[in-house]
Amino acid sequence: MSQSLADQRWGLSLKGGTALVTLQGDWIGADAVVNPDQVAGLLAHGAVTSVAFDSSLLRRWDSSLLLFLSELRRFSVHRNIVFEQSGFPPAACKLLDLLPVDTVAAAPPFETGNLIGRVGQWCLNRGSELRSETALLGALTLRIAPAVRGATQMRRIDLLAAMQDAGIRALPVVALVNILVGGIIAFMGAVQLRKFGADLYVADLVGIAIVREMGPLMTAVVMCGRTGGAYAAEIATMKGSEEIDALRAIGIPLDDYLVLPRVTALTAMMPLLYLYGSAVGIFGGFAVALMILPVSASMFFDEMRANVTAGEILFGLAKSLAFGLFIAMVSCRIGLAAGRSSADVGRAATTATVTGIVGVIVMDAVFALCAHAMDF
Amino acid sequence: MAHESIPPLRVRALSIGYGTQVVQHDLSFDVNARSIFAIMGASGCGKSTLLHSLMGLLRPSAGAVSFQGNDYWSADIAKRAEIGRRFGVLFQTSALWSALTASENVALPLQMFTKLDAKSIDALVQMKLALVGLDTGWTSLPADLSGGMAKRVGIARALSLDPDILFLDEPSAGLDPVSSKRLDDLILELRDGFGVTVVMVSHELPSLLSICDDGVFLDASTHTMIAQGAPKQLQANCTDTTVSAFMNRTSAKTVTESSATHASP
Repeated sequence: MSQSLADQRWGLSLKGGTALVTLQGDWIGADAVVNPDQVAGLLAHGAVTSVAFDSSLLRRWDSSLLLFLSELRRFSVHRNIVFEQSGFPPAACKLLDLLPVDTVAAAPPFETGNLIGRVGQWCLNRGSELRSETALLGALTLRIAPAVRGATQMRRIDLLAAMQDAGIRALPVVALVNILVGGIIAFMGAVQLRKFGADLYVADLVGIAIVREMGPLMTAVVMCGRTGGAYAAEIATMKGSEEIDALRAIGIPLDDYLVLPRVTALTAMMPLLYLYGSAVGIFGGFAVALMILPVSASMFFDEMRANVTAGEILFGLAKSLAFGLFIAMVSCRIGLAAGRSSADVGRAATTATVTGIVGVIVMDAVFALCAHAMDF
Repeated sequence: MAHESIPPLRVRALSIGYGTQVVQHDLSFDVNARSIFAIMGASGCGKSTLLHSLMGLLRPSAGAVSFQGNDYWSADIAKRAEIGRRFGVLFQTSALWSALTASENVALPLQMFTKLDAKSIDALVQMKLALVGLDTGWTSLPADLSGGMAKRVGIARALSLDPDILFLDEPSAGLDPVSSKRLDDLILELRDGFGVTVVMVSHELPSLLSICDDGVFLDASTHTMIAQGAPKQLQANCTDTTVSAFMNRTSAKTVTESSATHASP
């Protein structure tokens, strides 16, 4: 019986309650793998109480044989059939001993609830996360002034190092970007305005565009890519190497030690970088205007002075202050929320940069709307 | 000192895990004052996870951890920070702050939590570094230190605030036998000298046997503790096959087989 199931590699004969499985020939390669369901069908006969093996005709074998035997054993254990290993090649016996007799029962999982419950819980979690994040950002903002006064645990040396990094070291790239943007605005304006004989208004265009919009925006975008990404990557790396755990375990407040120096430094440096960037941008525009238009330096700057007011500069300063605060806080939070792998570091840097740039542009639009509403 | 009778660390019915995955459940034990308490078990059984939830880094899913009678996880953040300030921690990877030099690493907790002047802090830092036997490399960044030196700096940092409890996560992992032995001696000396209670995770048999006077054994398959006591006693007396296999450095299978052959005739 059951002989129909067998192939040339094995045969089955029943003697009383004992099923004798004869193994023969080569069990090599994927062709020799027997489907587990077929193995289960082998011993499905009710009268079988034990299974024995004869491997005297077996030649070479690999894991296909092992799979066959372990499936048979698993099935035997389930059916309370005695599994007689003595007929195996000794090496197969050893390997079979390494395998669990049955699939190991996993530990009971914690309660997870049904789908609706999980979705609801997810929403509640996100909601409370958003609330606590906002509260954290607010609390952090309020700590900047005490930090500068020295009333927190922030170390002054960390603040100075962060200021040097976000300030002096950022000057070349801020200058490069702003001088080019100034030049581009002047060039575009000159080509159009010359058609109307309004050459001189290039000065107003460059002045207002740089001081009011492009200066704060381009500086913030540069700082976001340069410093925001670095903050997130730095903090995420510290997380991966357990440095953050070490701070937490000793009880050093992460905000005071890691976040405050960076936020304070970037918030303080951004307006200065804006002023510097705008000056360089205006110079770029002036240089282009001087080259392609019949205007003199005094004409250019007189015209600009008449229209670029102190209010415009204050508006730009206010914007860059807000941008600096936003970029630093968001980058630090993203770094702290990152996972522990090296991929998470890259992801944190990317997320911080993208969130920062998009956020800055959205904030700029909001500023523009508010200014428009206030007729400014 | 008033709480001499209350154990410095008491764990009751603790369950720990990540998300829906249970790592260990139903753990209950006391760590006595001035003992060196071992958390033992095979790789991946949740020793470090347990240590993380003891030192306040991972909230357990159930149960209580109390220090000198104060329940840690039900306390508010301020109280938790106050309790946590009495911890000294050495991480498996040392986890030195990579932007700071060795001596700055030891100095930072003092700068953050004390109002000491720079000179006193310097003196304390030098003493702690000398205590752990580090005579060179004080101004090196962690990346330039050898593994053994980094461990020593890590211990000096853990000691910087004179903790009541020292948590050590595999202190001798990755060290050569001589350095490992020296580190064991150091831990003993620090315990005897400062009277600090030590909780350490380890699977280094020589360390466990020579310095630990109490401990629990965690099992990876049943996800709970299966033995409790000093490693030496467990080695000599424990009847559980997993524990005795671990303690006698045999594989569990051989033990099962040999006990089976003893039983059959």
